[in-house]
Amino acid sequence: MALNGTVKDISLQHQRREQGLMLALALPALLLILLLIVLPVGWLAWQSIYHDGFTLENYRRIVNEAIYWRSFALTFEISLLVTVLALLLGYPIAYAASAAPKGWSIVILALVVLPFWTSVLVRAYAWLALLQRTGVINHLLQDLGIIGEPLALVHNTFGTVVATLHILLPFMVLPLYATMQTIPRDLLQAGASLGGSPSHTFWRIFLPLSLPGVLAGSTLVFVLSLGFYITPELLGGGRTIMVSMLVSRNVELYNQWGAASAVGVVLLLGVATIFLVVSRFIPLDRVLGQK
Amino acid sequence: MKTFSPGRILFVAFCVLVLLYLILPILIIVPMSLSSARFLTFPPPSLSLRWYQGYLDDPAWMQATRVTLTVALLTVAIATPLGVAAAYAISQSKLRIMRAIHITLLLPLVVPIIITAVGIFFVYAKIGLVATMTGLVLANVMLGLPYVVISVVAGLRSFDATQEMVARSLGMNRLRSFFAVTLPQIKTSVIAGGIFAFISAIDETIVALFISGGQYQPLTKRMFTALRDEIDPTIAAISTLMTAVSFMLVLVVSSRQKKGA
Repeated sequence: MALNGTVKDISLQHQRREQGLMLALALPALLLILLLIVLPVGWLAWQSIYHDGFTLENYRRIVNEAIYWRSFALTFEISLLVTVLALLLGYPIAYAASAAPKGWSIVILALVVLPFWTSVLVRAYAWLALLQRTGVINHLLQDLGIIGEPLALVHNTFGTVVATLHILLPFMVLPLYATMQTIPRDLLQAGASLGGSPSHTFWRIFLPLSLPGVLAGSTLVFVLSLGFYITPELLGGGRTIMVSMLVSRNVELYNQWGAASAVGVVLLLGVATIFLVVSRFIPLDRVLGQK
Repeated sequence: MKTFSPGRILFVAFCVLVLLYLILPILIIVPMSLSSARFLTFPPPSLSLRWYQGYLDDPAWMQATRVTLTVALLTVAIATPLGVAAAYAISQSKLRIMRAIHITLLLPLVVPIIITAVGIFFVYAKIGLVATMTGLVLANVMLGLPYVVISVVAGLRSFDATQEMVARSLGMNRLRSFFAVTLPQIKTSVIAGGIFAFISAIDETIVALFISGGQYQPLTKRMFTALRDEIDPTIAAISTLMTAVSFMLVLVVSSRQKKGA
């Protein structure tokens, strides 16, 4: 600094140094993220449109070739199904955890969080063992005489949905519970004292107030299942080709980087759009904080 | 209190069923790992530790376990200081660009992991980091950073920054005042963030599928490959051990958090 001496300059200089220090502290982490995720993803995006000149061939293929758009449609359907089921199963659980006496509430939350901290791979393995032709469920049903032949419960879309739902359900319950906890119970009592029946106070007061949690949980579950890889790969039996498998197959089997990149870019744009839209309603770090 | 109305019984029954759906698949791994039979039968014909023995005697599984533990420990050792430094900067600085930096640091949670995996594989292939320990550790540090950042930013939110200023006005330098005043108060969230990064590194599968190879394959990659082929009860034994390790770590976090509260 050429000028100094006045108090203002010193404080300005101090402020600059402070800002420089803060940037320096954030820099190593930022650099790592830039090098290992921003750069690679940017590179993929570039590759999807540039191959000896600009081309939209990779994107045209997604629209024109059935194997691509069917996979996108299937991924969308499965994610939607998983999200709706997670909401139907998760809402009552979150409600029970928020309404039950403290001891029960802890038990319920513990049972939700335990699977959350079990490896996804371990859970996929457990479902494989439960659902396969010679698995626990088929054995049980046959021993009880309910079925004669084993049911095809796995290596198809059914197995994929059951296992994906199992893995993503806690991501629905936790944000729902966090929101429900902030709903003042006095409001419900006020509703009841004004003559509202329990179901009336639930539908008119509790449910609307819990909607931010519904939005946060549904977003998280939907977005995560859009990009799911392990369960469809292990439990889908090669028939349930979700988008993430399309990406990996194009790279691993066919060495088609352009095609893989284009599929990845479309998936990423979809996810980014959802997050952008949702962040208009609830802060994004609240959605991500659940993970 | 009105107790056993039919609606209430139905509701409780539904909740119990959903909780069973959540918990049974995890519990079922334990008897599977202890069964003497090659195939799953219920109840197991007799108890045996043969699958644990098989795991411990297999040099390939042992090597994979060493790789996983090394990667996870190095990940924590690197991601925790980087994440704490960044979280400190994010919560103390009023620079507008910090908001953008904060969001950028959360990207690994937002970008679908398959895209990250393919992207890293592509970059590593160019610079020769495929199938190396360095490559595996760097990728896991990147994936673990958001957990540390989220946890520590939340911890710093309830910390009063003027305390550190007081320490500095009494003559401590910045670094010392951080270690003496700030760190002890956010210790719980730093430890929680570190443990989450550790668990994330132990669990990480998809990036490892693409970038790991040769002698540097973590447990999850070997398990994934084994699961594609056949159901080997050795995996039940490994799964039980992995689950036990994560649960113990989570217990450590939650008991510390309760103490802190």
